[in-house]
Amino acid sequence: MTEPRQSFETIAGCKVNVRRAGKGEPLLFLHGANGAPLWLPFMEALAGRFEVIVPEHPGFGMSETPDWLDNIADLAFFYLDFMAALGLERVNLVGTSLGGWIAAELAVRNQNPLNTLTLVAPAGIHVKGLQPADIFLWSREQTIRNLVADPALAEKMLSQPLSDEQIDLVLKNNITVARLAWQPRLYDPHLYKWLHRITVPTLILWGDSDKLMPPAYGPEFQKLIPGSKLVTFANCGHLPHVEKTDEYVSAVTKFIEGARS
Amino acid sequence: MKFYCFHLMPYADLDLDYHKKYDSAWVTLPNSYYDPKKGHILYNRYLDELEYAEEVGFDGICVNEHHSNAYGLMPIPGVMAGALARRTKRVKIAVLGRALPLLNNPLTVAEEFAMIDVITGGRLVAGFVRGIGAEYHSWGVNPAESHDRFHEAHDLIVRGWTETGPFPFEGKYYHFNYVNVWPRPYQQPHPPIWIPSQGSRETIEWAADPARKYTYLQTFSPVSALARYMQMYREEAEKRGYTASPMQLGWAVPTYVAETDAEAYREAKPHVENFFNRFLRMPPEMLLPPGYLSLASMKGVMKAKGAISGSDKTIDDLMKVGMFMCGGVDTIVQKFEEYQKQIGFGYLLTALQFGTLPHELAKKNMKIFGEKVIPRLRHLAEEPAPRARAV
Repeated sequence: MTEPRQSFETIAGCKVNVRRAGKGEPLLFLHGANGAPLWLPFMEALAGRFEVIVPEHPGFGMSETPDWLDNIADLAFFYLDFMAALGLERVNLVGTSLGGWIAAELAVRNQNPLNTLTLVAPAGIHVKGLQPADIFLWSREQTIRNLVADPALAEKMLSQPLSDEQIDLVLKNNITVARLAWQPRLYDPHLYKWLHRITVPTLILWGDSDKLMPPAYGPEFQKLIPGSKLVTFANCGHLPHVEKTDEYVSAVTKFIEGARS
Repeated sequence: MKFYCFHLMPYADLDLDYHKKYDSAWVTLPNSYYDPKKGHILYNRYLDELEYAEEVGFDGICVNEHHSNAYGLMPIPGVMAGALARRTKRVKIAVLGRALPLLNNPLTVAEEFAMIDVITGGRLVAGFVRGIGAEYHSWGVNPAESHDRFHEAHDLIVRGWTETGPFPFEGKYYHFNYVNVWPRPYQQPHPPIWIPSQGSRETIEWAADPARKYTYLQTFSPVSALARYMQMYREEAEKRGYTASPMQLGWAVPTYVAETDAEAYREAKPHVENFFNRFLRMPPEMLLPPGYLSLASMKGVMKAKGAISGSDKTIDDLMKVGMFMCGGVDTIVQKFEEYQKQIGFGYLLTALQFGTLPHELAKKNMKIFGEKVIPRLRHLAEEPAPRARAV
């Protein structure tokens, strides 16, 4: 695997860690609650077609935690500033889970910098009677077992012990997730009212065995975002980019290429 | 020294086999485990016990706030304080406390505490806490905002008690155009404020500040932690240019005293083990939600492996570390005297009913403690220990 270029960028007074690789149209990936501490195979695969940009959100990983960080809207505005500061235009924005929530909040505010939007099992809305799982009561083992559909993959992930540094980053990420998403739990009560503003081509991806964000949320998002497409991965949990890397990369690539024409 | 009788009012009739189906007596244990008819008897029994504490010589009695569990059945502690306000005549009533970040409107605490203070003619002690981590799960309150909300709510309440209203309060979490607390508290400028804590440098620095000098209570901790945090408080006070009085330091500890060591051990054993292993049982994710502790404190806790392990404790484990004080009269007097001299606390808050301890044993415990232990410890901590001032 090629090494991504790593740099720190200071935007809105916050120093964030950014990894980049590949050439082509920009693809900005917004990670989920577990952060993006590593350059993963799906990033590498997408970097064959796009300039893939993977920041660690303010409050996550090696990025700073700014005083202004209170809610997801703060991160939506931050990434609008981020794209402007880096001179990114016609961005293909891909957000997963908590990152999908940020991406949706960003798009309802200002979609001018966007070419396409891809939401992967996003948080952000609430459907009555359909509770997401309580991630804050899961132990690490329960989290891993619940996030992926394939038990063998869970075993493999569990067999890799965390270093002290990794544990520290997990604690830091968890605090930020709580700050952003504890109450209301994993949603913004006002977001659903404005999702109709999104007019850039939008793809929604979901694993059919997602135990965290119920797959029934997929059609709800699709209803709220005009013209959006929903693709469901079979035998797949909350992390399609990890569990079904090839299908995920192919779906995202095809969608962006289709949107170009 | 001053002596307070501390009560949690647990649901002592809890089916102790619940743990075969549920991992905690908090948050997710169905309330079908609670029988209100048994609860009726327990509440009245526990109020009798706290009233009895006045009879046997305690200086104060303590109630406190907990939610959605079998461990402590005083979700609205002011109800109990109100009942006790009229049935007691002499003792202080310490509400330890209200959990400020859990409340939507902290001014309700300013009112509730002022009411009790006025009814009792100034017998209220105002306790402020952040609540147990589990309660952030039950109450849907963001643990990452816990510290900030606590400080802001505290400022609002103390200003509401001490400044002439109406005045505006402009906070991040609480904003009012007209803060105007009626009734005003009986004790002026405000009732004494106590800060119960499991121990953190941030809390101690804040409580020890000369603008506050709040009494810091170390709750349900090993003696080694008690000594460390009390020393930390005294050092913080010296750094800030004054010597902390023993009355700024208190220790809350479950205690059982009988005529002999053997009798105390035998009588207390099942009940104190139930207290720690059943009523306090919870997984670490429930106890320490993210943000409840600062990142630095959380790292420390994670590295001290075993500190929050789920393994059951025996009475011997608990006595060894001083999380449970148990013995005959002479043993108990000697241990408390030794710890007081070493550690210098001025308040002792003994929980004399714990877990499943039945009424007769709780009363016997209280009677012996009140009549035979308190008189022999009373003289301690009358003067602050002489200490060289930092130049």
